[in-house]
Amino acid sequence: MFRFLVRRILGAVVILLIISAITFLLFYVAPRDPARLACGKTCTPQTLALVRRNLGIADPLPVQYWHWLQALFTGRDYASFGRCPAPCLGYSFHYHEPVLGLILNRFPTTLSLALGSAVVFVLFGVGAGMLAAVKQGRTVDKVASSASLIGSSLQIYIVGLVAMYYLVDQWHILSRPQDIPLTQDPMGWFKGLLLPWFILALIFTANYTRMTRSQLVEALSEDYVRTARAKGLSRRAVFFRFAWRGAMGPLLTIFGLDLGGLFGGAIITEATFGLHGIGALSVDAVNNNDLPMLLGVTLVAAGAIVVLNIVVDALYAFIDPRVRLA
Amino acid sequence: MSDPMSSTPGGPFLSVRDLRVHFSTEDGIVKAVDGLSFDLGHGRTLGIVGESGSGKSVTNMALLGLHDSRNTTIDGEALLDGQDLLTAPQRELERLRGNKMSMIFQDALASLSPYHTVGRQIGETYRKHTGASRKEARDRAVEMLAKVGIPQPELRVDDYPHQFSGGMRQRVMIAMALVCDPALLIADEPTTALDVTVQAQIMDLLKDLQQETGTSIIFITHDLGVIADIADDVLVMYGGRCVERGTKQEVLRAPQHPYTWGLLGSMPSLDHPVDVPLSPIPGAPPSLLNPPTGCRFHPRCAFIEQVGDGLCADAQPPLEVMDGRGAACHLGPAQRVEFFADFAGIQPN
Repeated sequence: MFRFLVRRILGAVVILLIISAITFLLFYVAPRDPARLACGKTCTPQTLALVRRNLGIADPLPVQYWHWLQALFTGRDYASFGRCPAPCLGYSFHYHEPVLGLILNRFPTTLSLALGSAVVFVLFGVGAGMLAAVKQGRTVDKVASSASLIGSSLQIYIVGLVAMYYLVDQWHILSRPQDIPLTQDPMGWFKGLLLPWFILALIFTANYTRMTRSQLVEALSEDYVRTARAKGLSRRAVFFRFAWRGAMGPLLTIFGLDLGGLFGGAIITEATFGLHGIGALSVDAVNNNDLPMLLGVTLVAAGAIVVLNIVVDALYAFIDPRVRLA
Repeated sequence: MSDPMSSTPGGPFLSVRDLRVHFSTEDGIVKAVDGLSFDLGHGRTLGIVGESGSGKSVTNMALLGLHDSRNTTIDGEALLDGQDLLTAPQRELERLRGNKMSMIFQDALASLSPYHTVGRQIGETYRKHTGASRKEARDRAVEMLAKVGIPQPELRVDDYPHQFSGGMRQRVMIAMALVCDPALLIADEPTTALDVTVQAQIMDLLKDLQQETGTSIIFITHDLGVIADIADDVLVMYGGRCVERGTKQEVLRAPQHPYTWGLLGSMPSLDHPVDVPLSPIPGAPPSLLNPPTGCRFHPRCAFIEQVGDGLCADAQPPLEVMDGRGAACHLGPAQRVEFFADFAGIQPN
C-alpha cells in the first residue's frame, strides 16, 4: 500500500508538471500579449518592457517556466505587486492578487456544486440502473433506458434556463440559484444550489443509469452469480452480494473521473446559473489573457482528477481482491 | 439437512418424466430438452453423455430451477423424494438448492466469486441452510476443505479463489456443494477444464465422498472415459432427447443406438493401433430451432437404408425401456446386435 502510494504520487507530480508545461506553451502560442493589453493606448516601447518585467514575462519561456516552478516552493517577489508567498501559483494579471487565494475563495462553491450533484446522480442514476437491470426487458427497464437516452442528449444551458424560468420565475417552486456559503446559512446554501445540483446531475444521471444497467446485466450473467443461486441464496442476496459487487468496480472508476472533472469547475452550469466557482474563474482567465490564473485553474482541475484516480485505484483493491497494489 | 432414507428404499430417489425445456428466442422456440425421462436411485451415479447442445446442462439447470423464467417454458415432472421440483415455488427451491441438491460447474474459477474468500463462500451456503453462526460456518468450511483434500485448510480458508490452482479450485467447489450433505449432487462437466491427472484425482474424490455420504450423483460429461470411470447408469442424449439408456456395462459394452456407436468410435483407446484413425460422427449436431423430422439422428445415421421405407425421417422412434434399459431406434433388436458387431469389427458370439 505504501509503495503504491509513493509510486502513484510521484507519477501524479510528473503528470502535473507536463500539464503545466503544455499550458504554458499553449498560452504563448496564442497571438496575444498581456503586456500590451495592460500597457494601454499610450504605450511606448520603454513602458512595454517595464510592464513585461513587472508581469514576470520578460524572460525567455523556459526561464519563465522555471521561475514559476520555483515560486511554488519559495514564493516570489514581483516588482509591481510585491511578495507572493509560497506556495505561489503566480500573481493574477487581471485581479492583481495571488492566484492561489483567488482559487481557494472560489473552491467552496465548486465543491458544493460537485458534491451535491454527485449525490443526486449517484442516487438516481445508480438506483434507476439497478431497477432497470433487475426488471430487464420489462416496462420499467424500457422507460429507464429511453429516459436515460433522452437525458444524456439534453443540454444544460437550455434545460437550465427553461427550468429556471418555470420552476423559479413562474411557479415559484424553487429559489433562485445563488451561492451562499454553507457556514453562513445552511438552509440558504441548500435552497440556492438545489436547482443547479439537479440540472448538473441530469446528464450524469442518464449516463449512470445506462452504465449501471449494463454493468449489472453483465455481472448478472456471470457464472459465479449462477453458483450463488445454485447455493440457494435469495434473489436479493445474489443481487447485492454478488452481482452488484461485480458491477461496482467499473462504476467507481468512472465516478472518480467524473467527480475529479467536477472539482475542476462546472463551466456551463456555473455560467447558466451565475455561480462563481472555479469554472467561472477559468472562463475569466481565458478572456483576460490571465496566464497565471489559467495555469492555476488548469492545475487544480488536473490535480483533482489525478488525486481522485489514485483514491479510486486504492479503493479498487478493497473491492476486488485480485487487484494487488504495488 | 436432508435424510436420504426418507423415501421408499429401492425406489427412485429422483424421477424425471417427460421433461421439456423450451426457450423462446427472437428466431423462434428452441427445444433444448424435448421429452426426457429418467430415474436415479439412492447412492447411484447417473452419467449423462452427449455432444454440446444435446441438452445435458439445460436438463440439470431445470432441475435446480436456474433458468430465467421470462424466456423459458418448462413442462413435465421431476420428483425429488416425491416433491415436484418443476412446480415448487421459488422460496422452496431456494431452501432445497445447496441443501438437498447442489451443483458443481465446469469452470471453477468463473463459478466462484472472485470477491469473497473461499471460506466465506462455503460457509455462506451452510449458514443459509442451517442458521449457523459465522464462527460455526467458518469451522465447517475448514472441515469441508480438509475433507476435499486441501492442505492447511485452516490457512487456506481465508484465501480467494484466484489464489488456488485449477484442481484445488474444483475441490473448493465440491466442498461448497457438499457442505450441507446434499442427497443429490449434479456435476456439470466438473473435470473438463482440468488436466488428466487432476481429473483423475477429482473423480476419485467424488467417488470417495459418495461412498461416505451416500449422495446420488448426476454426472454430465461428453467424455465416455469419464463415464466408464464413475457412472453406474448411463443416459445418452441427442438433440434434447434420450436416445439410449442402461447400466454402464450395457451401454458401453453392448450399445444399441447408432449414435452411441459413433461416440464410442470417436474415442481414442490405448488398445487400438495408433495408425488406425478415429472415426468421428459425420455431420453436425442438430438445430434445436428446426430439429430434423422423425429420428433426430437420422441425417447423420449410416443405417437408415437398413431401416428402409423412409421411416427414420418420418417417425420418431419410441424409447422403449425395460428394466431401465432401452434405445430409441427403428432398428430391430437383432439388427442392433448385428450392426454393432460389424461396427466394432468383432463377431457376435
